[in-house]
Amino acid sequence: MYKTVVIGASAGGMAALKDLLSGLPQDFNIPIVVVQHIAPTSENYLVQFLDKNCNLKVKEADEKEKLQKGFVYLAPPNYHILIEEDSTISLSADEKVNYSRPSIDVLFFSASDAFKDKLIGIILTGANNDGAQGLAQIKLNGGLCIVQNPDEAETQAMPLAAIETAKPDYVLKIAEISKLLGSKV
Amino acid sequence: MQTEDYINKEQIERVETELLIEAVNQCYGYDFSNYSKAHIKRRLMVFLNKNRFSSISEMQHHILHNSAVFEEFINNFSINVTEMFRDPSFYLFFRKNVIPTLKTYPYLKFWIAGCATGEEVYSFAIMLKEEGLLYRTTIYATDFNKDAVQKAKKGVYNIDSIKLYTSNYQKSGGLHSFSDYYTANYNTVVMDKYLRENIVFAEHNLVTDRSFTEANLVVCRNVLIYFNRELQDKVLKLFDESLTMGGFIALGTKETIHFSSINESYTQMENDCRIFKKNTL
Repeated sequence: MYKTVVIGASAGGMAALKDLLSGLPQDFNIPIVVVQHIAPTSENYLVQFLDKNCNLKVKEADEKEKLQKGFVYLAPPNYHILIEEDSTISLSADEKVNYSRPSIDVLFFSASDAFKDKLIGIILTGANNDGAQGLAQIKLNGGLCIVQNPDEAETQAMPLAAIETAKPDYVLKIAEISKLLGSKV
Repeated sequence: MQTEDYINKEQIERVETELLIEAVNQCYGYDFSNYSKAHIKRRLMVFLNKNRFSSISEMQHHILHNSAVFEEFINNFSINVTEMFRDPSFYLFFRKNVIPTLKTYPYLKFWIAGCATGEEVYSFAIMLKEEGLLYRTTIYATDFNKDAVQKAKKGVYNIDSIKLYTSNYQKSGGLHSFSDYYTANYNTVVMDKYLRENIVFAEHNLVTDRSFTEANLVVCRNVLIYFNRELQDKVLKLFDESLTMGGFIALGTKETIHFSSINESYTQMENDCRIFKKNTL
């Protein structure tokens, strides 16, 4: 049984996340943590948008918050998000990684440390290579690695980098990712 | 077999980390044991990769036997990522809703805890100047990182940051032109000297040092996020001891006092701003 799903997305991520999350069953019982690259000053429009468009409860992650099933946690603008071994969230305002804060790699590395092979990592559309190293780490620790099919992705660079670096278990279209996740609960 | 080796590596790294934290505390008096574990791990890995150490044990050897490496280690551990008027909406709110109360006092003391390289300190000084309060305010600006405090004292910043700072300043309700407050010099800017006339820069470690003043305002933004709940609570009690009745605590946008034992003595000023006012009896 998987303990958490971590998802990284950048350019084009809003639509991809909406499609992925709305395709999950209502009783999807693994907590989901998302890094979507956003401007430091963003309002929480993305949270509201996703919350409205899926069956799960979507919220901005709070510091020291405990991960719960039925929830999707989004990294706050201008903070890195890390997962502790006790399934709580830590936030960090330290330097950007891959020109990004929040960075997908930072989330993936810490979540992989915390959950090892009980973790699912997913890379979606995006224009840089953030998340590729983190996904490789998840793979190394025995977690399940999924990358969005670049042919379907709005921007291909991030899925391509992740496929190249991490050799994921699956390269799938969004609808198939939702379906696969649904089968893991 | 591979899995077994891997588990061993994990366990070894865990032990190495604990030993390093203990060694740094015993030899240098810096206690990181109540920092968030994921944060420690990340900072250690950043430092390890940067210096190409093969293990945390090797890193420990260099930290203990070479004070230059230790200084670097401390710099890596203290987060000096900051900007002037960071989160402009915070400053705008502060100007509108806290400054009027502060204006009723004849004399003010601020404590900016974890001031890093001082960007926030100068931001406050500029705001106080514009509100006519700078001459009657003493600001204590403290950080556990000696290098950062020295930089803060100098008030010299990279000119590349000025565009962002200027935009932040304008959004924060600034009354003048940001360029009124610094002198440009090739690649750097120097903050005007009069801004720091009433600022006391000092080393102070929130983890191990005591309260040293009774302030009207404690500012500590994006520092508590690196601590575990126990240490957060301890530091918040330290702030509480250091604050007058009716004083204010200002935290980062994702920080709160709600979990803490001091919470009942405070009222949050507005739901989405992290400024807490100490109740009067």
